Amino acid sequence: MDFDLTKEQQQLGDSIQRFVAREYAFEKRKGILRSEEGMSREVWAHLAEMGLLALQVPEEHGGMGGAPIETMLAMNGVGRGLLLEPYLASAVVATTLLRELGSPAQQGELFPAMAAVLAHDEPGARYDLTQVSTKATRAGDGYALSGQKSVVVHAPSADLLLVSARTGSGVSLFLVPWDAKGVSLAAYRTLDGRRAADVTLSEVRAGREALVGAEGAALDVIVSVNDVAIAAACAEAVGALEALLQTTVEYSKSRKQFGVPIGTFQALQHRMVEMLIHVEQAKSMSYLASLRSDEKDLQARARVMSAAKVIVGRACRNVGQEAVQIHGGMGMTEEFHASHYFRRLAALELSFGDTEHHLEKFALNSAEAT
Amino acid sequence: MDLSFTPEENAFRQAVRSFVQSRLPADIQKRTLEGRKQTHDDYKRWHRLLYEQGWGAPTWPKEYGGPGWGAVEQYIFEEESAAAGAPLLSPFGLKMVGPVIYTFGSDAQKERFLPRIRSAEHSWCQGYSEPGSGSDLASLKTRAERRGDGYVVNGQKTWITHAQYADYIFCLVRTDPKAKQQQGISFLLIDMKTPGITVRPIVTMDGGKEINEVFFEDVHVPVENRVGEENAGWTYAKFLLGHERTNIAGVAVSKRELRRLKHIASEERKNGKPLIEDPAFAARIAQVEIDLWALEITNLRVVSAEKEKRAPGPEVSLLKIKGTEIQQALTELMMLARGPSALGLLNDADAFRPAAAYCNLRKTSIYGGSNEIQKNIISRTILGL
Repeated sequence: MDFDLTKEQQQLGDSIQRFVAREYAFEKRKGILRSEEGMSREVWAHLAEMGLLALQVPEEHGGMGGAPIETMLAMNGVGRGLLLEPYLASAVVATTLLRELGSPAQQGELFPAMAAVLAHDEPGARYDLTQVSTKATRAGDGYALSGQKSVVVHAPSADLLLVSARTGSGVSLFLVPWDAKGVSLAAYRTLDGRRAADVTLSEVRAGREALVGAEGAALDVIVSVNDVAIAAACAEAVGALEALLQTTVEYSKSRKQFGVPIGTFQALQHRMVEMLIHVEQAKSMSYLASLRSDEKDLQARARVMSAAKVIVGRACRNVGQEAVQIHGGMGMTEEFHASHYFRRLAALELSFGDTEHHLEKFALNSAEAT
Repeated sequence: MDLSFTPEENAFRQAVRSFVQSRLPADIQKRTLEGRKQTHDDYKRWHRLLYEQGWGAPTWPKEYGGPGWGAVEQYIFEEESAAAGAPLLSPFGLKMVGPVIYTFGSDAQKERFLPRIRSAEHSWCQGYSEPGSGSDLASLKTRAERRGDGYVVNGQKTWITHAQYADYIFCLVRTDPKAKQQQGISFLLIDMKTPGITVRPIVTMDGGKEINEVFFEDVHVPVENRVGEENAGWTYAKFLLGHERTNIAGVAVSKRELRRLKHIASEERKNGKPLIEDPAFAARIAQVEIDLWALEITNLRVVSAEKEKRAPGPEVSLLKIKGTEIQQALTELMMLARGPSALGLLNDADAFRPAAAYCNLRKTSIYGGSNEIQKNIISRTILGL
């Protein structure tokens, strides 16, 4: 039993932390946030150069074939830097889906630098991954897709959408360019400043070559990749939590009121200790989630992911709220970084099943296990 | 990064498990697993059986008669013992004064006390707190005046757990009233049979008589019973407070108590169904189970750092805070699970009394440095505030 990183892992972790510190300073990020696309192609290319887009890519395509600890380290950096690029959505989720289901031709064409996002959730599904009403009916040599997908984060800036749709009794996955005929995006910003869209599909034609994996075989893989996504989201949260705790403690040492730094007040010290405890517990569960993200026993894995998401979700809420409070008025502003962390942490809590969802799921799972 | 245990560690776990299963007396095991109180005799019997196995002081190095286990083995031992329903060993000799004696004591003290702690011949208690000195321990007033070949001790100690059974008490006493608070304190080992010592029980709100006041009236203590230097007692006291590490979170016991909570919740019924199936109650159990799981991993992180000989630091305070919060949450939920029937059980000494346990466990966030003191430690040492 050890929690040590290998030398290579340590180097990877250091390099992404350096990259974030050097190339993703808060002022630069503000520019990216305001830009038309809401992400930086230059940064995306840089991430590709560093090999970070290839962690989930199969080895025959020059990747690492899914490296849980390396992914965790990458996500720590993404969280600390509040990266706006679709790393989680594309380099983790979509890439893993394509690794598991994609044909060699699809993989050869798309890996590793693609920016693709999964369009799966539908209005009213509320974290239930099995609720898919979008239909793909046979049309000519291919399919016609119709239905609605909600809150597809990064959809406006992605090259490709991976759309799930019912085919007969199963669910299938299709590669759909965002500008395909019949695709309409109602774009908006998410609470943490990302570009997202509700996607309406009206008789969108997809050829057989657009089908990813066998017909009707996608749902299990989507459910399984959701666990990988949870582990990654937890690691991103840990990176952001650590940064936000650190920045809050530093602020409390420099901000003076009544002639002394506010960090000398016990009322605030104890709150920051509570934040630290949340961060450490979140880090523990993030380790566990990453280590078990390729666990074969799916029920056991689901328990780990739910437990991790509960611990991390509560940490996101506690640390986010307390950080804003301790920053006082500054914490409320767009200008200062605390509110950006606050919003990203809130968004992470709401993604891939929120705290209440996973608490309930864990409780049900426990009842079945006993 | 790898959370699995090595084959050697798994073999060790198996050895501990078979020993506990074959040697733990059935009546003691039954009492623990049913959540009833153990008697002092239970602790002693179990300690003696461990001693016969060569495990009388599980956390001690070989040099002083311990098995020389590392942090991981100690963790596994605690885990297996708790899971099987073995009583916790009394910490005062084994985890507190023992390490102080083998680290700072004289050869004569080592020879006289260590074997008797290991064999359970001597029971110890801890004389730290005083009526006016709780969290502010260094303000203690119990006075030890040097007279000839010894000290004359006068004063009062309080909250002394199991003083009524103790053969010895280790005490912080003031030997130099003129020095600055921390600098005038010495560490004495006092025979409880010495004339002038009076023990008076303090009844706690659960009806228990665990804790006592201990009065010292002209108690003569030979100078060879002082550990280390005169007026350097505070250093030894701090060492002692930081020594209990791998098990401070109480994860193993809490895992056992979680199983009991689930058992109770499956016996009780609400709306015609087992309480454990009630979504609101199931969510509360799930929350504490998840908190405990996270704490277990955090604890393993500390144990693993210790294995690598990286000294555990103030994160031990984190384990104490979170560990006691979980212990308290478990007793609270057991009481709530029993519902109105929990009200009626306080007077039945032999039954599991969830309301009494609920009351009793409030102590955990107060003792061993209150959780607020732990937060002060973290704030100062980890956050640098």
